[in-house]
Amino acid sequence: MKFLDESLVALDVDANTPEEAIKAAGKLLVDANLAEDRYVEAMIHSYHENGPYFVLAPHIALPHSRPEDGVKEACVSLVRLKSDVKFGHKTNDPVRLVFGLGASSSDEHLIVLQKLMDLIGNSHNVEKLLQVESYEELKKIFGGKEK
Amino acid sequence: MKILCVCGLGQGTSLILRMNVENVLKEMGIEAEVENTDVSSASAERPDYIITSNELAQSLGDHSSKIIIVNNFFDTDEIKTALEEANINQ
Repeated sequence: MKFLDESLVALDVDANTPEEAIKAAGKLLVDANLAEDRYVEAMIHSYHENGPYFVLAPHIALPHSRPEDGVKEACVSLVRLKSDVKFGHKTNDPVRLVFGLGASSSDEHLIVLQKLMDLIGNSHNVEKLLQVESYEELKKIFGGKEK
Repeated sequence: MKILCVCGLGQGTSLILRMNVENVLKEMGIEAEVENTDVSSASAERPDYIITSNELAQSLGDHSSKIIIVNNFFDTDEIKTALEEANINQ
């Protein structure tokens, strides 16, 4: 299980379209050998197929696909976009934080989702995530809650 | 009472929604069986309530279950209000 490890976080990434934003979050998972290239394609396909429902909260997108689309281990990456990108969601656009979820069929899937909920279920944390200037600062936000 | 949380794939989003819905129901003192699935499987099921996003509610069309729409899947206050407006406790 890999949750926002340093290699899985990129701050202030340039992206002009939802596809570029999803690709950036997916590429972090692929580069860390946690998912295959086809998983990224599947995430984009899901966006085209099902729409932007995975923009779960204001500013926050959680692109993902199915475990069988090439996930090696339960994982979450984060791309903070340099500027707003509209995904077409009625109430939660524009997106700034893109969490790439590598969905797994193991129990670890539930654990990474719970960690994600603890992190972004708190609107103060979301404000901080939008402002941090380094990975060290970011780590404090979710590192502080771990026991 | 059976409640189904629905997203596009039934993998991540609906699971997050389900966990938050379960927390809210617990807080409200309501007992219910909560499950999560993808939008195409949901069409064949007949739970008492379906909770989903506005986009996916449209793809469900005229479903016989009562459909509850939630915009912010992390906002437990919004989820609570939506459940109350659907008179889920009655």
